[in-house]
Amino acid sequence: MANIHPIGKPFTRKEGRKKVTGQALYVDDLTFPEMLHGATVRSPVARGKITNIVFGGDITWDEFVIVTAKDIPGANHVALILNDQPYLADGFVNHPEEPVLLLAHKDKYLVEEARRNVHIEIEELPAVFSLEDSLAKKGIIWGEDNVFKKFLVDKGNVDDVWSNADLIIEGEYETGAQEQLYIENNGAIAIANPTEGVTVWGSMQCPFYVHKALVKLFELPDEKIRIIQTETGGGFGGKEEYPSLIAGHAALLAWKSGKPVKIIYDRAEDMVATTKRHPSRTRHKTAVTRDGKLLAIEIDFVIDGGAYCTLSPVVLSRGTIHAAGPYVCPNVRIHSRAVATNVPPHGAFRGFGAPQSIFALERHMDKVAHAVGLTPEEFRRRNFIHEGETTATSQIIRERVDMDGLLTRTLKLSDYHAKRERFARENQTSNGGFSKKRGIGFATFMHGAGFTGSGEVYLQSVVSAEATAEGKVRILAASTEIGQGTNTIFSQIASEALGLDFDSIEIVQPDTGHVPNSGPTVASRTSMVVGKLVESAVLGLKQTLIGSGLYNDADFKKACANYIAKFGSLKTSSTYQPPPNVHWDDEKYQGDAYGAYAWAVYVAEVSFDELTYEARVEDFVAMQEVGRVLNPVLAAGQIEGGVAQAIGFTLFENVVWKDGRMANNQMTNYIIPTPADIPPIRVFFEENPYAYGPGGAKGIGELPMDGAAPAILNAIENATGISFNRIPLMPETLMKPIVS
Amino acid sequence: MRAFIPNYQLTTPSSLADALALLNREPGVWKPFAGGTDLMVLLEAAKLPHRNYINIWSLKELRGIEVTDSHVTLGALTTYTEVQSHPVLQSEFPMLCQAASETGGLAIQNRGTIGGNIVNASPAADSPPALLAYDAEIELISSDGSRWLAYSSFHTGYKQMLIGPNELLARICMPRNTRGATHYYRKVGTRKAQAISKVCLAALAKLGDDQISDARIALGSVAPIVIRCMQTEDALRGQKPDAGTIKSACATLSQEISPIDDIRSTADYRLQVAKNLLTDFLLTLRT
Amino acid sequence: MIVSFTINGESRTVDVFPMARLLDVLREQLHLTGTKEGCGEGECGACTVVLDGQIVNSCLVPVAQVNGSEIKTIEGVARQDQLHAVQQAFIDHGGAQCGICTPGMVLAAVDLLNRNPRPSETEIRNGLAGNLCRCTGYMKIFESVVRAYQK
Repeated sequence: MANIHPIGKPFTRKEGRKKVTGQALYVDDLTFPEMLHGATVRSPVARGKITNIVFGGDITWDEFVIVTAKDIPGANHVALILNDQPYLADGFVNHPEEPVLLLAHKDKYLVEEARRNVHIEIEELPAVFSLEDSLAKKGIIWGEDNVFKKFLVDKGNVDDVWSNADLIIEGEYETGAQEQLYIENNGAIAIANPTEGVTVWGSMQCPFYVHKALVKLFELPDEKIRIIQTETGGGFGGKEEYPSLIAGHAALLAWKSGKPVKIIYDRAEDMVATTKRHPSRTRHKTAVTRDGKLLAIEIDFVIDGGAYCTLSPVVLSRGTIHAAGPYVCPNVRIHSRAVATNVPPHGAFRGFGAPQSIFALERHMDKVAHAVGLTPEEFRRRNFIHEGETTATSQIIRERVDMDGLLTRTLKLSDYHAKRERFARENQTSNGGFSKKRGIGFATFMHGAGFTGSGEVYLQSVVSAEATAEGKVRILAASTEIGQGTNTIFSQIASEALGLDFDSIEIVQPDTGHVPNSGPTVASRTSMVVGKLVESAVLGLKQTLIGSGLYNDADFKKACANYIAKFGSLKTSSTYQPPPNVHWDDEKYQGDAYGAYAWAVYVAEVSFDELTYEARVEDFVAMQEVGRVLNPVLAAGQIEGGVAQAIGFTLFENVVWKDGRMANNQMTNYIIPTPADIPPIRVFFEENPYAYGPGGAKGIGELPMDGAAPAILNAIENATGISFNRIPLMPETLMKPIVS
Repeated sequence: MRAFIPNYQLTTPSSLADALALLNREPGVWKPFAGGTDLMVLLEAAKLPHRNYINIWSLKELRGIEVTDSHVTLGALTTYTEVQSHPVLQSEFPMLCQAASETGGLAIQNRGTIGGNIVNASPAADSPPALLAYDAEIELISSDGSRWLAYSSFHTGYKQMLIGPNELLARICMPRNTRGATHYYRKVGTRKAQAISKVCLAALAKLGDDQISDARIALGSVAPIVIRCMQTEDALRGQKPDAGTIKSACATLSQEISPIDDIRSTADYRLQVAKNLLTDFLLTLRT
Repeated sequence: MIVSFTINGESRTVDVFPMARLLDVLREQLHLTGTKEGCGEGECGACTVVLDGQIVNSCLVPVAQVNGSEIKTIEGVARQDQLHAVQQAFIDHGGAQCGICTPGMVLAAVDLLNRNPRPSETEIRNGLAGNLCRCTGYMKIFESVVRAYQK
């Protein structure tokens, strides 16, 4: 067996060449003979009863394929958790831009002209637009009480603590919506007819989610629906559940017309109509001893789910479980709710509830530190969780955790103490004019990888491996490459396990007709959970060869060829097995929430411009312990990209709402950082191998989204002396306390 | 791309005379189309108000930068890239170069033109405040002839300007009288690059015997049009740039501008930052 | 209308609506799908091409204006099998993740190095300021540009 050890090495991106030459094929790059272009006609208002649909203008309507709810063969809902979201509104609409009908035509310009000329007349009903109004039941717009889901985590008894506590500190924190803004808009192409079934090509993270949804939409058996992922230009969660909707729309048009139909959103449509990060409001009440030991944490965590349930229960779950952070506290109560409003449904976005609750926590920890008279650092050191101690959900930490050491090393790498002291001095001096104040702050946090609790068991993920007569090994999995490096990591893992060269590993395009369901590409699970299955699947090939007596230590490829010549094919599968001793109680919401946590300390250095009231991140240090770094370039790329997105979340990306609709749905007015705006992002890793991850790896995709926002706001407070507790934090808000 | 493309005409005249003849023959029907960086954005959103455009991109007469002892004259089709690389503009009209460098990214700067920027008449445009501060004059031509007017009188209201339906903006001229002046240009936007301005100040002044002479204060994004703040200039002329002058100039400025709340920012923010920019400018005069 | 131009060294003639976006003509008539649409407003740079020697956003150029012009797209950057140093650097140093911004980013970087063979970090940031990336956080794009010119 060759001495090949790709794990830990910067192997170059498997599909890199295609991407840098413009040869990679994204969904809008594909065309089919006789293809029609589809468009979605959407509700102009937030809530009401559809009274009439008028087809106006100078359009020859009978040239068009028109689909309404009446044309749906199966169930008119997007199969997900609660099945409350219709594919096409039938009688009532519950959010602006809700899909009402679909059009298709050969001429892509004409289809837009036609779309303009369909008028949906609606008798409006009162709508609810804010989380606060929904909680207050200013109108009941969903279910009995506007609540999609609630959770209660209850450890110890917080009520016994308040009356005797030395200090009680409260705080309220808010985060706004955020648009994923993948540079490739959502798109799908469908071919569909009752005899052959439905095939959809699309930009997506989870082919089997789309598969499940279309099975219900068309009431067809599994094998009649085939979903193929095309090269995907970014996802970040925005293409986790949303593609089921657009794929269904393309398929409905294809079904009715008998022709292939392509739907590609333009940026304005994608921003206004698709999912965003759930806005949140968190209230903290914390009891501490005079020397800064946490006695009780009570958290009220609410997220705004928009008009339909989508994945809100799971976002709420993750946010809830992460809400009390990497600290040990004997009494914790977390009461959380996801509520409905009449805005386009919110959905998955990297971090998935954790960035929201961690923002609140890490801001609050600085506040508590200050109240007790400790530095932010010292307060945390007195409360970090260690091996053997329990989290808020009473999970016993069963690995060596050294947040204390991680904090020490990160503060050193970021020159935190020297800078803090220098800034304090320099901020005092004034040159008579406008100066720049500087500050530095940090956040300490963890992120659980994989599905919560028994989620991974429920998924029953499967990966297959197949050897070819030419000596290649093909990996068959549903995990999608969306830029994070799936193809490369899987190849490295397989190569390492077999001692086979990297280039002999082929990753099969995720196509539900050809690959098993290895679960969705979400939840920081692809390397850690699915990668492990890749490893065991390819080891299965080796075992099969050994079992047949054909295994050849010196020439794996020859052994495969011989086996195939004798038996026809060489293919194995591996199914997920949970690590031992992972127990989760869904009813009490306690136990082992995640198999593994990555642990992190992020430090932000900011400047505050007294003239323009702009805060800028000047330097950023991101340190994390991730089990094992499978590929240093890809891993750093994930952290850098996540931190950049989190900087956007904190200081740039403001969704402006008007009557439930995103008013600034253009890249001109929804601001993400350009190359000129991003500070140096300095990434550091530590390793503490996780026994059940391939090579010891833990998941890292979402981690970088969690820590930047609170670190930045902690730094801004350090720079200005003013406490801000809502993000995005814009100069207009920064100005207010200073000027008044 | 939402527009119904077959409905749009973009005709390429073989000469400037032909372009002007067409504008004259069917006034109001045809509009000029230069680099397209504003008009194409409207087209893609299906918000382009006109259907018939004359492609003036290749008209050589509208290009080029001419320098005489007393003036610099820019053809209307001068791009932001061309502005930034011209030595006389760099040394004597640095605010215009800075504005050009902060307009969009390079790909926009290679196609966007000063003339297009002027007739697009956005109150948030980056170069016009600098042009105002530099006392620019503009030439409008038609089949009937040509006329020059002070740029400061060109914009009369939001998206309204003194240009006839048969006229083309041809040239922009600035007097070379900035020697010894302090130039101050600052655009405050939503991010460091590719940003629409929230407030923009282009200010210029000379100091003689510690007193301010020749103060020019121009702002963008604080009124329906880009404006020269004449009253603020009056409040500065002959004064020393001391604390008292700063205070009264800011008070005058507050009266002269009328910022609003919009999708990008607030009236309060714009007003405060405008005053801060003016203050900062006056402080630089002191040093 | 009939429009003729040179694209990646080849002469082509198309019959198009004059106001059709150059981006759409490249992708649909010429089947050069390497140039991408990200925003349709000239903000993201995914549609970057080189027009008469300068980078432009092809979503903002009406095809009537490129009659007689020379255009280069991402498909024209590599010479047959030989990648440009920038392309190779993007592969070697993580400059591309999902790849959708990559064609535009590569063209902008090639243009930058053609004008300025040894740009400073600030010059790189400004040179690429019109190209947005959501995946990388830009760090490895900057590094790729530096490594490309160091070669």
